[in-house]
Amino acid sequence: MIKMIKRLAQCIREYKKQTALSPLFIALEVIIECIIPLVTAALVNSIQAGCEMNTIFKYGFILIGLAMASLACGVLSGWFCATASCGFAKNLRRDLYHKVQDYSFANIDKFSTSSLVTRLTTDVTNVQQAFMMLIRIAIRAPFMLIFALVMAFVLGGPLAVVYLALVPFLGFALFSISRKVMPIFRGAFRKYDKLNESVQENIEGIRVVKSFVREDFETDKFKRASGDLATDFTRAEKILALNNPIMQIAINTSMVLVCFFSSKIIISNGGVGFNVGNFSSLLTYGIQILSNCMMLSMVFVTLTMSLESARRIVAVLDEESTIQNPGSPIKEVKDGSIDFNHVTFKYSESAEKSALSDIDLHIRSGETIGIIGGTGSSKTSLVQMIPRLYDATEGSVKVGGVDVRRYDIETLRNEVSMVLQKNVLFSGTIKENLRWGDPNASDEELVRICKLACADEFVSQFPSGYDTFIERGGTNVSGGQKQRLCIARALLKKPKILILDDSTSAVDTKTDAMIRKAFREEIPGTTKIIIAQRISSVEDADRIIVLDGGKIDGIGTHAELLKTNAIYREVYESQVKGGDDK
Amino acid sequence: MKKGQPLNKRPKAKKGTLGRVLRFVTKYYKGALVVVVICLLVSAMVNSVGGLFTNKFTEYIEEGLDIFEIYGKDTALAQIMPKVTTTIILLVCVYLTGLICNFTWTRIMAYVTQGTLRNMRNTMFETMQKLPIKYFDTHPHGDVMSHYTNDIDTLRQLISQSIPSLISSGMILLSLLFIMLYFSVWLTLVVLAGGYLMLFVTKTIGGRSAHYFIRQQKSLGHEEGYIEEMMNGQKVVKVFCHEEACKKDFDEINEQLFRDAESANRFANILMPILGNIGNLLYVVVVFIGGALVISGNVPNLSLSGKPLDIAILVPFIGMTRQFCMNVNQASQHVNSIAMALAGASRIFDLLDETPEVDDGYVTLVNAAYNKQGELVETDKHTSLWAWKHPHAADGTVTYTPLKGDVRLTDVDFGYVPEKTVLHDITLFAEPGQKVAFVGSTGAGKTTITNLINRFYDIADGKVRYDGININKIKKADLRRSLGVVLQDTNLFTGTVMENIRYGRLDATDEEVYAAAQLANAHDFITRLPDGYNTMLTGNGASLSQGQRQLLSIARAAVADPPVMILDEATSSIDTRTEALVQQGMDGLMYGRTVFVIAHRLSTVRNSDVIMVLDHGRIIERGSHDKLIAEKGKYYQLYTGAFELD
Repeated sequence: MIKMIKRLAQCIREYKKQTALSPLFIALEVIIECIIPLVTAALVNSIQAGCEMNTIFKYGFILIGLAMASLACGVLSGWFCATASCGFAKNLRRDLYHKVQDYSFANIDKFSTSSLVTRLTTDVTNVQQAFMMLIRIAIRAPFMLIFALVMAFVLGGPLAVVYLALVPFLGFALFSISRKVMPIFRGAFRKYDKLNESVQENIEGIRVVKSFVREDFETDKFKRASGDLATDFTRAEKILALNNPIMQIAINTSMVLVCFFSSKIIISNGGVGFNVGNFSSLLTYGIQILSNCMMLSMVFVTLTMSLESARRIVAVLDEESTIQNPGSPIKEVKDGSIDFNHVTFKYSESAEKSALSDIDLHIRSGETIGIIGGTGSSKTSLVQMIPRLYDATEGSVKVGGVDVRRYDIETLRNEVSMVLQKNVLFSGTIKENLRWGDPNASDEELVRICKLACADEFVSQFPSGYDTFIERGGTNVSGGQKQRLCIARALLKKPKILILDDSTSAVDTKTDAMIRKAFREEIPGTTKIIIAQRISSVEDADRIIVLDGGKIDGIGTHAELLKTNAIYREVYESQVKGGDDK
Repeated sequence: MKKGQPLNKRPKAKKGTLGRVLRFVTKYYKGALVVVVICLLVSAMVNSVGGLFTNKFTEYIEEGLDIFEIYGKDTALAQIMPKVTTTIILLVCVYLTGLICNFTWTRIMAYVTQGTLRNMRNTMFETMQKLPIKYFDTHPHGDVMSHYTNDIDTLRQLISQSIPSLISSGMILLSLLFIMLYFSVWLTLVVLAGGYLMLFVTKTIGGRSAHYFIRQQKSLGHEEGYIEEMMNGQKVVKVFCHEEACKKDFDEINEQLFRDAESANRFANILMPILGNIGNLLYVVVVFIGGALVISGNVPNLSLSGKPLDIAILVPFIGMTRQFCMNVNQASQHVNSIAMALAGASRIFDLLDETPEVDDGYVTLVNAAYNKQGELVETDKHTSLWAWKHPHAADGTVTYTPLKGDVRLTDVDFGYVPEKTVLHDITLFAEPGQKVAFVGSTGAGKTTITNLINRFYDIADGKVRYDGININKIKKADLRRSLGVVLQDTNLFTGTVMENIRYGRLDATDEEVYAAAQLANAHDFITRLPDGYNTMLTGNGASLSQGQRQLLSIARAAVADPPVMILDEATSSIDTRTEALVQQGMDGLMYGRTVFVIAHRLSTVRNSDVIMVLDHGRIIERGSHDKLIAEKGKYYQLYTGAFELD
């Protein structure tokens, strides 16, 4: 808990001044606000004593002066508080985002995209709210409480003990309530997230829902979950609602006691030492003391509620990337040779099955390798080891004769360029997207590379050419166009190793062949690894690897495999018989 | 049709939204709300009568002091204390009443708030399920989603906090006013003037604040959109070592959000001290005027009680002034949340006001059997035979047509928007047992045709007949039940593999599910999953490969066992070897039934009975594979790889 707060506090950084000034001015404001009833009490007493108008004016002007000072302090603290809390939230989001940038694939898998998005948005907002409360109301309320208590003692004497007795009672009651409520809330919020996820699922899959006429089924399912959720929340809020009456009990009890004993004392003493003015102040301070207790309980609730968010944020911040740069990293990749030495790989330690088992594979620099295998044969897992997107569980992967774990990660990934199966273009112009590969590439260079990837032919047809804006998710280009742009983007890195993970599946065979021809002629020194479904995409490779269930089933040229490998032959026949691609 | 960036339109709330929210709440909780309002009223009154009692005690004390001076301590105590005690008892009673009310309304409100939110969510979801596909195609999913998250959250604030607080403050203010009038009209007027000033300030500063809050909301939306896009492409970012550039971009967007949020919060934060100190000033002014009146003692006091203005009145009055200001201040704190909640509610009501999908079909699908005379009759029993029940309004007769799966389109025109026709003169006949394939480039209209057959969209012109019946006459639910659809973008739901397959037919037995999975060639990989058929799938089956997801969605359609199947790029991510196996299975299942196939791989469509080549919404070639190859037209070019398909 303390560790968590410490971690979050690190995000205050350049807003330390504001973070400190805001409570400072609040403290000043509180002091003034506590003095005000003091002066009013004196004023009331004077009026009662039948003083001159002058006295009233004197006190009046003091009061106005105090109100002005209080106003100045209040406005300043509000001002600083806005900067401090928004600044804190900004830094928090920044730290989170930057942290995620350093995550490895395994880290990303662990948190899942949607949960990362929630943590960066909703959770930060919650924590920001809590922070704002903390430096404003959480300072104001206890300050006010203490001052008011002291004043009540100064003015009301022993009678103020009534308030002092109530504070621990309140504290205990409020604390117990939130202790009881917190776990319920935590569970309810988890259910809430799930409910929203199911709505998301429903919206995304609305075509399926409607096709199978499952609207009522879905509505029932939703209503059950939503009713369940409401029950949980109601349970929690009912308990939480006790705050209010408990507060009330405290205020009322104190009022009753103060009224009774004040009357008694004043009359007993004949108004000496403790008079009507004091009585009035005691009541005023009483209201202040208790309304601040109320504030405190509100702060307490907000803080406890944001605790869960804070925990989720800190989990992201504290997560260490599973892939770290080595101590003295090697910053140069000698060549494009790749060696898998008895590599076994599991996605998580708890996984029963290995995604890859005992892969022993040696690829020479400049070789073209095809990889073929059925759905779930771990083709992607295999190539992801090369740019060190995942680390081998057993065995080692070497690039250029050096273990990938010894390279500087950026160096390695710049030399091993990979076109992912799940391709993503980002919102921005085509040029901007392509320059992900090489930020300094000239326009001519972009065109040249796009010609290589057979992308220029359609890009140049667009009305805005290379300045065409790609919509979010690349939805305004077709699948094949997207793939070719992604290949171009990868080529711009001028890597020593190029990996295409099923990256031409939506490209027609002729273009596919042209791209491969360009590879052969333009980048002969680059090691090329091509994962494909189509035999035609790999048949002219130097060697073809047939993967099956995470193991190498066969390696060889097209002709060799046709003779020796049953799986390969079967795939080949299914495609030739289909008449496609041949 | 495509998901775009959520439009961060945050228009102001429509007029009457608050009333509608209140009506929605009262619809289900009329009784409860009456109790709440009564409790709030009583509570507020109790809250404000505190002043009356203080006044009473001050009076007693004054009286006691007078007696003290003449008769001494004991007489004073003896005379006054019983009165004090009686009043105390009365006070305790009043407080207890207040307490009970307070306890009651807060508990009821917890129940009402959560219940209302549940009702609102349920209504939204139910309405949403009834909306036509067009709604989902034209509204970014992120925007629809935000109704369930952001908008509902703002509503929770409104219902659980802002409204009760406003009612409570309003009641307290009203009863305070009454009591103040009871004491002194002049001083009340002073307080009212102060109250007006506070309202004015609230409006001015609160208005600025709301303006910036809406801007903040916009920047927040922008940043959230960015985060979502980048998180989805995070692996690409890693592969390109683009982390630093992403950090830079993010920092810029983040800075903008910071600036807007800072302004919004500044205005919101200074409102409270400003109002608070107007309260302080008002306090001083009341003391000034009150004090002057008490001292001069010659201005006649105008009040409901008719009492003269003296110290016994002034003391509680200034106390009430403070309370008055505190309540105005408290109410003003809700300005922002109300503005935001109303904007949110207004967006929710927009969703609720969407026109649901109309279904005026009256031809229904029923279980049927042949009777002894060889006539088709309806039956309650589960038969493998289905029939269209077609009531004729003209002569009151009912005819039964067996469900076969014969689909005919004649001269169909269609456009997603009226100005732009995307399908022209589409005519095609698909008989039971036939496999009809659509081939063509993106945007040629392949998927659009299937959208028309299951009536996701309605045709603009022409005829669509299903088993000879105009599909507009068929009840949509029954029409869709008779069509199995497998889409390229697979959507699986959170639940077990078993539940996901059973989605196709809810009453399918476990054996039928296994059989469907075997047919789709999914059985093998399912049994290799950690918990087999009971493996939980989350996040659209994130733990599966795209190909495996497709196999599951084929199994899901297979278990439904429909007479007509539409396969829209259903096997695009499955390797050709598995695809061949799946096709074999499907061919077995669909023997004697109608299949529509859209595929990019020509090997998938090659063995179709008819292949339709679409171009710009027109069928330009049709015929069997051999015929089309022989014609050497567009299909031939596609086939030989001269054109790109995607």
